[in-house]
This record gives sequence, structure tokens and C-alpha cells, in this order.
Amino acid sequence: MVKVSSWGRLDSHEHDLVPLADRDQAVRAVAGGRGLPQGNARSYGDVCLNPDGRLWRMTGLDRFIAFDPGTGRLRCEAGVLLRDIQRMSIVHGWLLPVTPGTQMITVGGAIANDVHGKNHHVLGSFGDHVLQLRLARTDGRVIDCGPDLEAGWFAATVGGMGLTGVIVEAELQLRRVAGPWLVTDTVPYRNLDEFFQLADTSEAGWEQTVSWVDCLSGIGRGLFFRANLAAIPDRGAESGRKPKRVPFVPPVSLVNGLSLRAFNETYFRANTLKAGYAVAHFEKYTYPLDNLHDWNRMYGPRGFYQYQSVVPRAAGQAAIQAMLAAIKASGQGSFLAVLKTFGDRTSRGMMSFPRPGVTLALDFPNRGAQTAALFERLDAIVRDAGGRIYAAKDARMPRDLFESGYPRLAEFLQYRDPGISSAMSRRLIGS
Amino acid sequence: MPDSLQRIVIVGATSSIAEHCARLWAAKGGVAFTLVGRDAARLERVAADLHVRGAGSTVTVRTADFSDPRAIRALADAVVAEGMPHQVLIAHGSLPDQQQCQRDLDAACEALDVNGVSPVLFAEAFAGHMEPVGGVITIIGSVAGDRGRRSNYVYGAAKGLVTRYAQGLQHRLAGSGSALKVVLVKPGPTATPMTAHLPQRGLAPVEQVARLIVDGANAGKPVVYAPGKWALIMMVIRHLPAVVFNKMNI
Ligand SMILES: Cc1cc2nc3c(=O)[nH]c(=O)nc-3n(C[C@H](O)[C@H](O)[C@H](O)COP(=O)(O)OP(=O)(O)OC[C@H]3O[C@@H](n4cnc5c(N)ncnc54)[C@H](O)[C@@H]3O)c2cc1C
Repeated sequence: MVKVSSWGRLDSHEHDLVPLADRDQAVRAVAGGRGLPQGNARSYGDVCLNPDGRLWRMTGLDRFIAFDPGTGRLRCEAGVLLRDIQRMSIVHGWLLPVTPGTQMITVGGAIANDVHGKNHHVLGSFGDHVLQLRLARTDGRVIDCGPDLEAGWFAATVGGMGLTGVIVEAELQLRRVAGPWLVTDTVPYRNLDEFFQLADTSEAGWEQTVSWVDCLSGIGRGLFFRANLAAIPDRGAESGRKPKRVPFVPPVSLVNGLSLRAFNETYFRANTLKAGYAVAHFEKYTYPLDNLHDWNRMYGPRGFYQYQSVVPRAAGQAAIQAMLAAIKASGQGSFLAVLKTFGDRTSRGMMSFPRPGVTLALDFPNRGAQTAALFERLDAIVRDAGGRIYAAKDARMPRDLFESGYPRLAEFLQYRDPGISSAMSRRLIGS
Repeated sequence: MPDSLQRIVIVGATSSIAEHCARLWAAKGGVAFTLVGRDAARLERVAADLHVRGAGSTVTVRTADFSDPRAIRALADAVVAEGMPHQVLIAHGSLPDQQQCQRDLDAACEALDVNGVSPVLFAEAFAGHMEPVGGVITIIGSVAGDRGRRSNYVYGAAKGLVTRYAQGLQHRLAGSGSALKVVLVKPGPTATPMTAHLPQRGLAPVEQVARLIVDGANAGKPVVYAPGKWALIMMVIRHLPAVVFNKMNI
């Protein structure tokens, strides 16, 4: 048994960690077993944890199987990191169509949470680009499925939080790119009206849109970032970044009201000054935090939560306004606060998080009851607006909000693997 | 096969450290790999992976009996017949259970064979071919070979054999003025999928160890500790007087 925690470092529990390193071994290990697949544990909460139980650690299944540089089809094992895919494929002029704010996640984890990126309005979520996947079940069955093959299994597994079986390998469709460069534009906004205007007018011309919102301002000022892939002649494929590391866990969170207010002010002003167009390497621009290793330590020994919700567009502005006001009033929050609109696309997964609307994601240092109380206020706003909370980030959502947020839950449960269970499934599904 | 490709032979190619070394070489592109191992299916998987990673690289796989001197000789002859290697990495081995080796001499014998005798025979077979033309032979030993310790001295003895052998071969090549270099790598405990169930404190990431091995091999360094801190640690441990050393539970 070893202690394992997830990205939020809220706590660490003993797990029976079983490393899988080979596709056949994986199928054999899962058959007849009880456990939970775990990717690179970049989920913040308990979706990738199985305290006192078994974890099948997938990161050793990290081989490419085949890649066709003519069509951009890639087959690979489920533990391959998105970073390794992109570093390999960019040389041939291909990238993953959809990636989240970190590349340090596995293909299996990307499918199981049906992750989204900044280009949801154009390219949807990760599952939209999965051509096929192979699922190993604890009853020994191996199921190949895709959008047109065993489509029920596929729709349950995309966004299925690992609960339908262990993804052993997948086939992905990459997208053609001219090179690794992006043309970027930064536009400050002073309030939510301006944010929504920018979002509406940017979606047609910009493939990537996201914004940083100053969660202490209360009025929703922030910085709107938009970017497009650019056909700029190669300046050398390497992004040339030197990683830095947070060397130890500070005894208290470095993120507190004082440091945050100063930081947000400085960040807003500095970026307002240098607003406008720029050219950036996709790795540096899209995954800024990947270069600061172990940044999650900065919240101190009690760890932190991320609260990410999506609310339908109609109720969106009022709901976001209400959440920002509640956060300001509570004096909690952190620098990492992201506000973004999703496009009008229905995800393939029964339990996928992305849906048309607007999503707000914020980190909160864990301050116990005080933080829990704030979350209850936010839950009420999300519930009233008919929204949902993202499982990949969650460690505490109430069961009723899970059920109302994910109306296809009953359908999904028919595909569940009875041998697989997580801390989250026990909390939200009861087993 | 175009002559511009760098020929790299990896013995024990399915070991995690070897696989990560191969990925680093493949990332540069233009490599003709020959992968040698025992399990054909696993070798094919590593080969497919390297094929995708290595722009313009080719990959050939061969299986062999690692405990049969004749098979080892025949394999080296056959590989060389396809083209003289520039680099040979000898990376196979297994981590035996010391307690079991004490009880069961068959287990001890096998551990000594696979970690000591077999790598030496592979090196000897390739060295014979490569001495006149040069190149690099890299052998993976271990810090465990620097001093026998109660926790793993059967494994340590086998790796000690590899150490003495590499020294002797280096001496021989220096005497003959050969352009063949022999690199002895001594990794410390490394985090591989197979050590993932152990407490991870103090285990070096396999990518880091592989990077040091590949850099050391490309530079033809005689001895590479991976990570480098082990050079110092093992120097201290080698020189501890027995009265002190024998009290340590390591
Ligand atoms: C800095 C940072 C930024 C992020 N930004 C975004 C973002 O922009 N958008 C977004 O959507 N997410 C984002 N995330 C969340 C992250 O993308 C997801 O949590 C992702 O699922 C993590 O993948 P993982 O490989 O670490 O899997 P884990 O976190 O280990 O596991 C996630 C889930 O996948 C399951 N799973 C893992 N492997 C398999 C498998 N082989 N078969 C079946 N199930 C499996 C697990 O059981 C678990 O349910 C971010 C996370 C971080 C740390």
C-alpha cells in the first residue's frame, strides 16, 4: 500500500497501486479484479482515487502503436501523455485537436473526463476526435467501440470517469497544422457585459478563446485571450523552456487574500499595458503551468479545491455575476480563475461535462468549513441556473446537484463495470 | 538501408530503462535500431513505438536465448553481418529477491547469470567485432556492484562482475589503441513501472536516468553514475571501514 493523492492534494490515502506496463498484462490484471484505472492523477478531486482499494496505474502503457503522417490517425496505448503525442506529431505537421490547460495527462484520462480546451466552440471536446477505443472489463470482456461501433459503450466511456472499464488503447484523429505557432491577442475587459460581447464577437474569427477573471474585483473585470494557429515559417520546433519547480510544500498556503489582491492588480495592469497581438509557441501559450512543476504545492499542506461549473447561456450572465459576488464577499479565491464560453455543441459522452453555456473555474485554498460554506452558496446558484459541476475537478459536490446536472445518469449506469469503483462513485452513485 | 543511419543495437530492449534510452535516440531521428529481447510480442510493441517516434528510423527485432553462450555469439555475428553497429546498449537484467537467493540456489544461479554472466558475454561478443572499427558499447551495471550489502549482495555480486569486466575491457582497448569505447553505467534505484509499488522517495525518474545514459554513451564516458550523486554516495560507502559498515542496515 502506498499513499496517493490527486492534484488538489486535499488528503492522501493508502492505495494498492498496481502499475500496468503492457497491453496484455493490463487485460489480464483487470479481468476478475476490483479497482479503478488512474492516469496521471491530474484530476483535482476524488474521481481518480480509490482509498484503501486498488489503482491500476496506466502511465506505463505509454507506447505508440501506429501513426499515419498522411491521414493524421494515431493509435496508441491509453497511458501515453498528450505532451508526447504532440511532440511527436508536430514534426509531421499534426497536433491534437483538443487539449486541456495541461499536456501532462494521459489519453485514457482525457477520454474518461472528455476534457475540453479553449477551442470548444470550433472543435468540441476530446471525445469528438476519438475514432475507436478498446475497453477491458473486469468480467474479462474486451470491447472495441467507437462512434459507429458499439456506440452505447462508446458514449458511456467518453466522460465515463473510468467506471465502464479500463481503456487500454485508442485511435485518435489529429488535425493538420501549419506549425507550432499561434497568433494571439489579449483584450482587457472591465465587466461581464464586455466579456460576453467579446466572447460573442470572437467566436467567429478566433479558434481559441478563454479569459482570466479577477475574482476579487466583484464586477468581473479580466483579460480576454484569443488565438489562432498561424502559418508562420518554422522557428525551430522546440519551445525552449526551462522548467521550474516549487521545491517544497510551504507550511501555509502562499495564496491568501493579501497576496492575491496584489497579484491580481499587478497581473491585470501589466497585461493591460501589453495588450494586443503577439506570436507564441503553442506549448508556452496553451500550457503555461506545465513549466512550473508541482505548482499545486503552493497551496500548502491542506491542499486546494477547484470549483468548475457550466451554466446555460440564457441564465449565464446573471449566474456568473452572482457567483463572483459570492466569492468576493467570502474573501476567498485565487489567481487561477477562468471564465469561458462553450460552443453550441452536444458532447458525445453521456456524462460529458461540456454543454452549451458559460463555464467558470476557480481554485480555492482549502480553509475547511469556510470554503465548504462558500461552495454551498455557489452550488445554489448553479442549481438554480440549471448548470452542472465538472467531475474532473470535484471532491465535494452534493449528490442532488450531480443528479440534476447529469440527466443521462440512469442510462450511463447500465454500462457501469461492477468491479470498478472510485471515491467519487461511492460518494455520488453510492457504490 | 542508407548508410547515413546510425546503427544502434539494444540488448534487453523491453526493459524500461532501455526503452527510454531508445526513445531519446529515436527522437533525433535517422536511427537503424536492432532490438534484442526474449519476448517477441513485447519487442514488437517497443519496435512499433520507436517507429512512430523516430522520424526516418528503422527498427528490426530479434529474439535470443540470453543464457546460451553460443546463441549469444550467433546473435552478435548475425547482427554485425547486417552492418557494423555504432552503439550497443546492453541493458537486460532482473531484480532478484535476496532472501529467495539465499534459500534457493537455482534462483541465485539464475540471478548471477542474467545480471552478470549474460551481459558480459554479449559485450564480449560485440567487442570482438567492433574493436577494429570503433564505436561504443554501453553496459548497465548498478551502484549495487560497488560494495556487497546484505540487502542485495547476490545481485550486487553479479553487477560487481560486470564492473570488473568493463574495467578489464577498457584496459584492453586502451592498450590496443582501439577507437571502441566501453561505457559502464551505474544507475541508482530508478522509478520504473516495476518499482511503482515501492515508496517513490529516492527513486530517480526513468527519463532522467535514460538521459544520463544516452548522454554518457554518446560521449563515450568510461563510467556514468545515474543520477550523478551516486558517484559520491558510493565513494563514501566503498571506503567505510568494515566496523562501521557492518553496523549499517543497508
Ligand atoms: C493545470 C491543469 C489544467 C487543467 N485544465 C483543464 C482544462 O482546460 N480542461 C479540462 O477539461 N480539464 C482540465 N484539467 C483536468 C484534467 O485535464 C483532467 O482531470 C484529466 O482527466 C486528467 O487526466 P489524467 O491522465 O491525469 O487522469 P486521472 O486524473 O488520473 O484520471 C481521471 C479519470 O480518468 C480515468 N482514467 C484514467 N485512465 C483511464 C483509462 N486508461 N481507462 C479508463 N479510465 C481511465 C480515471 O479513473 C479517472 O476517472 C486540468 C488539470 C490541470 C492539473
